[in-house]
Amino acid sequence: MAAKKSSKKPNVSKEELLQYYKDMLLIRRFEEKAGQLYGMGLIGGFCHLYIGQEAVVVGLEAAAKEGDKRITSYRDHGHMLACGMDPKGVMAELTGREGGYSKGKGGSMHMFSKEKHFYGGHGIVAAQVPLGAGLAFSDKYRGNDNVTFTYFGDGAANQGQVYETYNMAELWDLPVIFVIENNQYAMGTSVQRSTKSPSLWERGAAYGIEGEEVDGMDVLAVKAAGEKAVAHCRAGKGPYILEIKTYRYRGHSMSDPAKYRTREEVQKMRDERDCIEQVRDLLLTGKHATEDDLKAVDKEIKAIVNDAAEFSKESPEPALEELYTDIYMEAEA
Amino acid sequence: MATEILMPALSPTMEEGTLAKWLVKEGDTVSSGDILAEIETDKATMEFEAVDEGTIGKILVPEGSEGVKVNTAIAVLVEEGESADDIATPAPAAEPATAAAPVDAQVDRAPAAPVAVVVPKETEIPEGTEMKATTVRVALRDAMAEEMRRSENVFLMGEEVAEYQGAYKISEGLLDEFGSKRVIDTPITEHGFAGIGVGAAFGGLNPIVEFMTFNFAMQAIDQILNSAAKTLYMSGGQMGAPIVFRGPNGAAARVGAQHSQDYAAWYAQIPGLKVVMPYSAADAKGLLKTAIRDPNPVIFLENEILYGQSFDVPQMDDYTVPFGKAKIWREGSDVTIVSFGIGMKYALEAADELAKEGIAAEVIDLRTLRPMDMPAVIESVKKTNRCVTVEEGFPVCSIGSYISSRIMMEAFDYLDAPVINCTGKDVPMPYAANLEKLALTTTKEVMDAVKAVTYR
Ligand SMILES: Cc1ncc(C[n+]2csc(CCOP(=O)(O)OP(=O)(O)O)c2C)c(N)n1
Ligand SMILES: [Mg+2]
Repeated sequence: MAAKKSSKKPNVSKEELLQYYKDMLLIRRFEEKAGQLYGMGLIGGFCHLYIGQEAVVVGLEAAAKEGDKRITSYRDHGHMLACGMDPKGVMAELTGREGGYSKGKGGSMHMFSKEKHFYGGHGIVAAQVPLGAGLAFSDKYRGNDNVTFTYFGDGAANQGQVYETYNMAELWDLPVIFVIENNQYAMGTSVQRSTKSPSLWERGAAYGIEGEEVDGMDVLAVKAAGEKAVAHCRAGKGPYILEIKTYRYRGHSMSDPAKYRTREEVQKMRDERDCIEQVRDLLLTGKHATEDDLKAVDKEIKAIVNDAAEFSKESPEPALEELYTDIYMEAEA
Repeated sequence: MATEILMPALSPTMEEGTLAKWLVKEGDTVSSGDILAEIETDKATMEFEAVDEGTIGKILVPEGSEGVKVNTAIAVLVEEGESADDIATPAPAAEPATAAAPVDAQVDRAPAAPVAVVVPKETEIPEGTEMKATTVRVALRDAMAEEMRRSENVFLMGEEVAEYQGAYKISEGLLDEFGSKRVIDTPITEHGFAGIGVGAAFGGLNPIVEFMTFNFAMQAIDQILNSAAKTLYMSGGQMGAPIVFRGPNGAAARVGAQHSQDYAAWYAQIPGLKVVMPYSAADAKGLLKTAIRDPNPVIFLENEILYGQSFDVPQMDDYTVPFGKAKIWREGSDVTIVSFGIGMKYALEAADELAKEGIAAEVIDLRTLRPMDMPAVIESVKKTNRCVTVEEGFPVCSIGSYISSRIMMEAFDYLDAPVINCTGKDVPMPYAANLEKLALTTTKEVMDAVKAVTYR
């Protein structure tokens, strides 16, 4: 199951590579565990896994600095882990427990962390796009040089509010990076069945926004593109679009019959392009790590995920009074 | 250590399923991601993947088994060196640790058994008509298919309605029968395709626009209100929009605040719209056919939990149900319970329980909210002198509060107690299982309300 050997010699340190490996593996193992807990009935409702797309958030987070913001859709577990949110709190939200990031009131699709500048998990396709531009507006208004990573899918890219947002973001030079996670499908609809425009990022040109396409299975390529986009935004040049070509291995959510693509298509992606395998390969061929080193990393990650799962089972359900809290904020006297 | 492989829950509303096919056999080695079996849920056939590595030691549930409850052990996975014999007694560690999981609390939310049908007072079904148990899902599909056969101008449009056969399988088979000219997959662009639908209706067609759920119709609310509902009036009667907007509305199970809203009261407020919210399969079918023929924009509010439930549907060539005519499911003299859509489940359950305690409730299903059959409600209240309303939506400016005011205006002197509204709680829908249960109205709340208005 080895990934294709990479011929380029990336200019990247051992520590960095190892970090990406760990970060991506954490997401993968976390998601596998979430899928398992869903099957056991511990997680309910919709649960959208990020397996296959790990390099996107890990690469972009590597280009971010403190104070940068991020916002995304319901496929949000990976984004939260990548920006440093605690796996325990995320998993406990998935199980709807008091120890979850939203005290169990949000669920898989709706989690937030003010501390990590993570503005959520949103359930309405593309609603997060204008919200992301609004976050960027607040940074520009305050005069700092932070940027907002606004993630959305290939399906979301057809919603009208995306283009209304593009127009204003460029008009006002908002420091927002529009990250299109093009995993080729919106539920059962492939990109080819939802648009005739050949590329999604190029639509930005109509509004004067620069952008590019990125190989989303290559974490180093994602990081490099992220750095370019961030530099553009921080320099006050306005928004930037990254269309990141990626792939989700699992169904759209847990209840997806997946009749719209073949098993072979998925397997080919896993075998030949897997983002984690690629980094693993770089670590081993570059003699940065031995098989044993990586086994130890696997073990470490497994322990973190198991702890999170345990916590998410043991944390109690929210107190019944919580039903009526957090609907309004008290006005300051 | 041997581990049990448990029957997975593969959808928010799944409680049991059919183990359609094993793709592995005893002795096979599997690794995480391998497909083990095909499982049929209420919505779809799904592949079930391995999460752990090991060897299939024993298959406990043979393929073809129906009604396998979620969390039942279906196979045992053994590790290297273990033999299948080691697993005669399943490892205790694999005992479903989920026994205490909050999900159990949901069981009463989606009963498998069809509701006993009390024959309602109705004129539209001739005596001796054959009845057939049909799910709401199939009834809706049949209604669309019949109307599409009846008129070339009827077409269906929405996200995943064609090739995927509908996100909730309501349009299953329609693409095959009617082709891609009339069963049309759209991109995720609600505001756009709602507007295109309204325009096509202006142009003389009869679109059925499916929203994957009504939560997403909020993206399109401007076209529904400002274009579809008002044009007839603004054009002095020259042109209107004969269009049906349909899809599931209200809470499903554990899908959180943005996916669990009941919009009945929202749409019922708008002059120019007609608003339908059926409970039974027969009404779903008959009312959807009426909606498709209606020359006005119709909001047709379905319910995901009801989709899989069966009710008797009359086998007639052309069964339609008129708008604006409530159905009395149960006659009684002590109290009038008024409801619609899934609220009827609580109303009928409460009436059954109350009967055991000697309280005779009359249960009225409004079926359409605009027009609303207030005469039926007033007539009943004049007889029972008490009224309880039941709905899933929020309490402020609810359907129940409107009914209460109408009763006060039209039957004040007949009331022996204030009208009580049973509604969803005044909070966004929480995700946690225990809180979600509290947020919805319950049979018990309806019973308590009835006891309060009857002073028991
Ligand atoms: C406005 C709206 N319409 C429809 C849906 C139902 N829905 C949820 S996810 C989805 C597909 C989105 O695909 P994409 O944007 O490509 O993101 P991905 O799931 O691939 O990450 C749809 C149609 C929704 N949540 N919101
Ligand atoms: Mg997608």
